[in-house]
Amino acid sequence: MASDQKVLELNDLNVHYFTPRGAVIAVNHVNLYVKKGEIVGLVGESGCGKTTVAMSTLQMVSAPGRIVGGEIKIEGQNIVNLPEKELRKLRWSKLALIPQGAMNSLNPVTKIKEQMADGITAHEKISGAALRDKVLKLLNDVGLPERVYNMFPHELSGGMKQRVCIAMAVALNPAVIIADEPTSALDVIVQRVVAQTLLDVKNRLGVSMIMIGHDMGLLAQMVDRVAVMYAGNLVEVGPVGSIFEHPYHPYTQLLIDAIPSTKQKKPLKVTEGLTHDLRNPPPGCCFQFRCPFVRDACRQKPPEFKQMEPDHFVACVQYN
Amino acid sequence: MAVVATNSNPKIASRRVSIWDSPWLNSKFVTGGVIIVLVLLFGLLGPLFWNTDLAFTASSPVNLPPVWDTGGDPAHPLGTESNGRDMLAQLVVAIPSSLKVGLVAASIGMAVGILLGSIAGYVGGWPDHIIRTITDSVITIPSLMVLIAITAYVKMTDTTAMALVLALFAWPGPTRLIRSQVLTLRERGFVRMALLSNVPALEIMLTEMVPNMLPWLAASLTGGISGAILGATGLEALGLGPTRVPSLGTIINNALRSSALVRGMVWWWLPPIIVLIVIFTAFFLMTIGLDEIANPRLRGYGNGK
Amino acid sequence: MEQPIISIQEATKVYGGGFLASSKPFVALDRFSLDIFESQSKIVTIAGESGSGKTTLANMVLGFTLPTSGKILYKGQDVATMTREQRRTYRKEVQAIFQDPYEVYNPFYRVAHIFNMVVRHFNLTRNKQEAQQLIEDALNVVGLRGDEILEKYPHQLSGGQRQRIMVARAYMLRPRLIVADEPVSAVDASLRAMILDIMLKLRDQHKISFLYITHDLSTAYQISDKMYVLFQGTTVERGNASKIIEKPQHPYVQELIDSIPVPDPKLKWDTNITLPSEEVMRMKSSVGCRFYPRCAKHMDVCTKSFPEYVKVEDDHEVACYLYK
Repeated sequence: MASDQKVLELNDLNVHYFTPRGAVIAVNHVNLYVKKGEIVGLVGESGCGKTTVAMSTLQMVSAPGRIVGGEIKIEGQNIVNLPEKELRKLRWSKLALIPQGAMNSLNPVTKIKEQMADGITAHEKISGAALRDKVLKLLNDVGLPERVYNMFPHELSGGMKQRVCIAMAVALNPAVIIADEPTSALDVIVQRVVAQTLLDVKNRLGVSMIMIGHDMGLLAQMVDRVAVMYAGNLVEVGPVGSIFEHPYHPYTQLLIDAIPSTKQKKPLKVTEGLTHDLRNPPPGCCFQFRCPFVRDACRQKPPEFKQMEPDHFVACVQYN
Repeated sequence: MAVVATNSNPKIASRRVSIWDSPWLNSKFVTGGVIIVLVLLFGLLGPLFWNTDLAFTASSPVNLPPVWDTGGDPAHPLGTESNGRDMLAQLVVAIPSSLKVGLVAASIGMAVGILLGSIAGYVGGWPDHIIRTITDSVITIPSLMVLIAITAYVKMTDTTAMALVLALFAWPGPTRLIRSQVLTLRERGFVRMALLSNVPALEIMLTEMVPNMLPWLAASLTGGISGAILGATGLEALGLGPTRVPSLGTIINNALRSSALVRGMVWWWLPPIIVLIVIFTAFFLMTIGLDEIANPRLRGYGNGK
Repeated sequence: MEQPIISIQEATKVYGGGFLASSKPFVALDRFSLDIFESQSKIVTIAGESGSGKTTLANMVLGFTLPTSGKILYKGQDVATMTREQRRTYRKEVQAIFQDPYEVYNPFYRVAHIFNMVVRHFNLTRNKQEAQQLIEDALNVVGLRGDEILEKYPHQLSGGQRQRIMVARAYMLRPRLIVADEPVSAVDASLRAMILDIMLKLRDQHKISFLYITHDLSTAYQISDKMYVLFQGTTVERGNASKIIEKPQHPYVQELIDSIPVPDPKLKWDTNITLPSEEVMRMKSSVGCRFYPRCAKHMDVCTKSFPEYVKVEDDHEVACYLYK
């Protein structure tokens, strides 16, 4: 399983969106790494910057967003400010993306075989029977029957299309796959099948993954480590077991408490408060407006990361 | 990415969206609008500075080149043509008249379009079938041919009659557009909310749907105006327009009939064409600007507006 | 006997397949029946995945679409043939909140518009002060204040605020039933509890019933009293919500509940499930059990006719031939 080799490192990443009314601090001093063969789950509510982290890792933040600081290392190589031509080579071959709603990004008028072949031949010199075999093997890898090779996207169900997208992501044997909400908008049974496929692919190919999601339950099933984001800041990172057993940050606790269960009825835990304007963050902790345990110290300076358990870090004033 | 626009500081929280954030400040739309206003001002303020009587036959010496050419006369800065009409005076008179034809024809078309399109889209059923069939049939008719036939038969006396004839073909486009817009808006959540709030159909149309169609309506109007001007100019250039009042098409028609091209009288045929190009470009800019306003996905990277 | 506020009687919706139609008819909802009584406020869940017909049902109850056969009765009056005056009381008593709390706002207007519309068209108050008070009271019920939000534009609010405002809007009419179509699926996890809590409060303190339309069985388990599980337009299991979730009987419902990810890393999925081929998934039989092609326990009898409802315990029925 996971070795200690870090295939992807984000060091002090800062991404801002420059709007007419000031810069939106979408990603604020984020440090994160992914080891070989592990899945890191990046979780947080909508607008917390998790998709921006993914897109900036691929250097694909859309304007008016820009990486304003930090480095992104893939297998030790910093790729921030790499020329576009170099980046294009890296994307997909080293860093693959399964975008949000990927299944809807398939071209409706070309067959699956052509879409997959196009992508592969753009990066690899391969053709004819070898190409065909490769595509078929990829389809087989994600548990799709050979027939899919000759089908059009509209002939496939949502879950199958999503699996085609997974097959395309692993086609060039990337070091890291970034999957942005890979199972959202799927029915729960199909979601489970797609999740299984992702896990299966990871185990057999030893690929690393960042999985972005908002469903803590699904992350519990799939990932090795969890990174919790709030309002552009990383607030807690740790092994999945440790996070679920001892969530230290109040926000992580809130997220875990908010998972509805079918096993036991529990009283609904209601929290008040709103996220601050990302253009104008308050001094101190980013969670202060919603934190049930807020105190004066929280409003002074941002909390520092502290190791609570092996590999389990939290940024909260309580533990500083 | 959604940004939650709230803050602990109530002053910032209650701050309204600045007017400079308005999507209507689209650079293409504004540029086009400014050009149209300038062209219009030229036509409207021109009579204050220039004698428009010079636009009539035999008011000036014939065949004078513009003032920068050898033999030019400062009394006729853009020269005169073979019938003794001053070019500058003709342009001053022709520009508002051409714009008026376009505006009247397009407005009538738009009004009919709003009425029919709303009925077809909102009521549906057999009224929709009838309106759709007629609209689709009219769209396939080659309008210029029919217009030539009509104008050849009915002698045009003034620009309003011209505008009315052009309006005959100006409504199917808006009708289709509005029908499709109403069809999509009908399924939108806020229209359903209005239904649940017991709002009557007409009010839903006017207060919930029309505001959301404004950019499309405006784009359709600007497109319609330039279409009608093109149609009017075409008819006039063929000599089928009102002959008494100069219009851009009439100037071209006169130039053609007097072989201005062969005689090298560039100052006669070129100015109306330049004005038309400027007008069309401006309306085109406005139309695509409005398209971007209506459809944020068309707003390019880095444009931000 | 008390007359139900809403009585759905064998409601069926068929799309396409009419005279001269090229496509085969598609049964979106098949003979669905349900009564909701005013005297006993309840949260009734209609659970199902995409294509189960749950949204069709919501639209029928709200009068946006009419059933192809069967009836929707509001206090004994068919929704399809109402007079203007009857429709007004029906609109007042049967309200809705929708999935996307952004879509329901006209981006052109401030938040106050949504309340003013209701006040004006239902003649709720005699003057402005009363209207202000009414709006303020409704907002307080969902934990908001008028001066915070009424003058804002919808995009300046958070998703949770937007959805709570919609609840306040519905509440202002003092309806007897609120159709809640996926009210929390577009709201962040941490704010979900707040909306669900408001629903419970309205049920308990204000005696408002809910038709809670959702794909999410876990939230349904937390808040609902009764539950109907739909599969491709048919009701496969119905009854007490807790009983269905705790002891699912229908093979489909069992598979559904088993697929909900357990939020515990120590209890990972140990089995893999496989779905049948896309042809089978798309096969839509119009007689017999709709789950037949995917069912591991299917029998020949399943294709003959739709199974009768079998009472497995008190207030818990299942439509499956495995039970007799």
